[in-house]
Amino acid sequence: MSERPVLLEMKGLRIEARVGETWSEIVHGIDLTLHKGEVMGLIGESGAGKSTIGLAAMGFARDGCRLSGGEISFAGIDLMRASEREKRRLRGARIAYVAQSAAAAFNPAHRLIDQFCEAPLEHGLAGRRETEAYAEELFTRLRLPEPDTIGFRYPHQVSGGQLQRAMTAMAMSCRPDLIVFDEPTTALDVTTQIEVLAAIRDVVEQFDTAALYITHDLAVVAQMADTIMVLRHGDMVELGETRQLLAQPKEGYTRDLLQVRSFRKPTMAEASRETPLVELQGVSAAYGPVKVLDKVSFALHRQRTVAVVGESGSGKSTAARVITGLLPPTEGRVMAKGEPLPPDYRKRTKDQLRQIQMIYQMPDTALNPRQSIRQVIGRPAAFYLGLSGKRLEERIRELIRLIELDPDDYVDRLPTELSGGQKQRICIARALAAEPELIICDEVTSALDQLVAEEILELLQRLQDELGLAYMFITHDIGTVRAIADEVVVMLQGQVVEQGPKNTMFTPPHHAYTEKLLASVPEMDPDWLTNLLAERPKMV
Amino acid sequence: MTAVLRLFGEAPWSARLGIVLITLYVVVAVFAPLLAPYGERAIVGYEYEPWSEAHLLGTDNLGRDMLSRLIYGARNTVGIAFATTVLAFLLGGAMGLVAATLGGWTDQALSRLVDVLMAIPQLIFALLILTIVGTSVVSLILVIAVLDSTRVYRLSRAVAMNIVVMDFVEAAKLRGEGLWWIIRYEILPNAMPPLVAEFGLRFCYVFLFISALSFLGLGIQPPTADWGSMVRENATLISFGDITPLLPAACIAVLTIAVNFVVDWFLMKTSGLKE
Repeated sequence: MSERPVLLEMKGLRIEARVGETWSEIVHGIDLTLHKGEVMGLIGESGAGKSTIGLAAMGFARDGCRLSGGEISFAGIDLMRASEREKRRLRGARIAYVAQSAAAAFNPAHRLIDQFCEAPLEHGLAGRRETEAYAEELFTRLRLPEPDTIGFRYPHQVSGGQLQRAMTAMAMSCRPDLIVFDEPTTALDVTTQIEVLAAIRDVVEQFDTAALYITHDLAVVAQMADTIMVLRHGDMVELGETRQLLAQPKEGYTRDLLQVRSFRKPTMAEASRETPLVELQGVSAAYGPVKVLDKVSFALHRQRTVAVVGESGSGKSTAARVITGLLPPTEGRVMAKGEPLPPDYRKRTKDQLRQIQMIYQMPDTALNPRQSIRQVIGRPAAFYLGLSGKRLEERIRELIRLIELDPDDYVDRLPTELSGGQKQRICIARALAAEPELIICDEVTSALDQLVAEEILELLQRLQDELGLAYMFITHDIGTVRAIADEVVVMLQGQVVEQGPKNTMFTPPHHAYTEKLLASVPEMDPDWLTNLLAERPKMV
Repeated sequence: MTAVLRLFGEAPWSARLGIVLITLYVVVAVFAPLLAPYGERAIVGYEYEPWSEAHLLGTDNLGRDMLSRLIYGARNTVGIAFATTVLAFLLGGAMGLVAATLGGWTDQALSRLVDVLMAIPQLIFALLILTIVGTSVVSLILVIAVLDSTRVYRLSRAVAMNIVVMDFVEAAKLRGEGLWWIIRYEILPNAMPPLVAEFGLRFCYVFLFISALSFLGLGIQPPTADWGSMVRENATLISFGDITPLLPAACIAVLTIAVNFVVDWFLMKTSGLKE
């Protein structure tokens, strides 16, 4: 690989971001060399500077950022000194960019084909007819359905995974030398992600395009990249050939990243025969005429974790809304300790409400930005348990210690002064303040970096052991399921397709859908995708 | 006090100017009897006297001192406008927040009622009602407050709608909190910045509206000094090339601009926007 000509070279790249009136450095001197046809993975937590570096490869800095030092040269052109016109000639034509959310990157008012043709026509590289023919070829290679007509649809008329592939096609429209992929599969379900990964890898190989592949998921980048650069806080931690780096990481931080998901809950004895804490009995639910749950039944027991898995739209969050009483079921009922719960939360008693608490996916929107931590945690304790004055203050401090934060430091802060992981901890404390028996965790780790997510899972597990809580864990991430579940419920299109203890669920034979779901989870093995594709040659 | 001073120091020049001007208006309005050289209604000279030592800005169509009337006008016009705006916000803001939080039929009923009120042109509607109920200061305040509360309602409902869907509001509902608590502690603190900004703008509109009504003869009634009616009373002077009748209009314009300067700054500060 290294004997091929150098395409992109960064030397001591420094990037600054504006905080208020002052500039502070967020990327501290990165050296990066990318050869023609090479795929390099940039990996790190949020704030590591990976997207910023990806954009810098195009000579671009986001609003509020500036390229402050070092050199960037692309195919012999000095991007630090090139004029805006020169850079514009490169962008789209020789360097292309694929964003995380294709849905937000496409203009909803234009057909896909029009947006595909925009760059080649703008750069005067090809005529309209020629470009459309090339689009069809690319759509075929990216395994989009009906490649001859799909371009004439509008962005909202195709699925998320298809849109992400269409975006890749659009990036390829001018046969660029370099494509920057910025978390292209992060927003997709695992089963969809695998199709997009395979498609991207194929076209990049076929057209001999170089790529910077930005992601926070080491398992994904292992499938895609020739070399991997690990970044942290704007510094390079480690750079190495993919297999080498995965097999023998030199730095401690890389090892931490590799060991993510090593956390495992000890296997529990069989479910007790006692009355379940909460039980769904043949529950169906609908949003207006759209039926989203179809005769769903499962039970939640004390001190046990039930993971509910499925793609987006499978009805797993709706099941949570039925339990909490936000969406009364059209059929069936929710039982609590053998007694039926009122279907509507407004009809439930204070004590019934107290027993079921919820932790949300996005800690940013789950905390009122105008309330201090004391108010956030104190309110449920005061509301349900009637604590006040000194006893309330003591309880608040106890709860903050329970979530492994320092009460003196945190009790008066506002949510905006916390990191994502800390916010999620506060959400956990708020749920605990009610002294509940069941906590519903709705994708609680999916908005967090992997190392932080791991800490949250460990915290939840410790709390379960200490307090005997029951968890209903809604997730689409099999890694989380493996880590924390006692029992698994697999959902597809509003129905439960399989349920049982974790160990039996992860040993064959599986239901066909469970099989697909399990097989789609990327593994660290760089050959995983290749092997999987070999096994399933007729993947749609 | 030091915090206020520091805040003032951080403000851009436009906002500082706005704050100084508004303070000036308030001082003039509060201390009007001390500042004015003559009484509000006293006839102290001949009609339409030019500017002189005795009457700095001349006299009006009845021979009253123009400067004194301007000073008293600040008290009447600004005071009434302020009372009206506060009332409009209490009414419209409360209804909008309730409608957004409860949703369903409450929201439908309130929103359609507001639609009906808004479908009729505001000025004509106000003229109609004021002709029926008569033009006292109280009825003036009530009528304009109700009409303006429809605009406040729409804004506060729209702002609250975005907040109601947040998870922390859902968490509060599931906790079993009552309507009052959710509005007071979860929604209102987050809806405050746009509402305060709107308060500034709405104040200007109300102010102009009262002046317009006064100019048409249905606003603040003579002999009470009011900037809107002062323009009308002395309008004949304009044809003689005298700028005196435009001075009350200038007072209105300057206050409007000053309020907007402060509002812009406040919006920028709270929303974190940079220029």
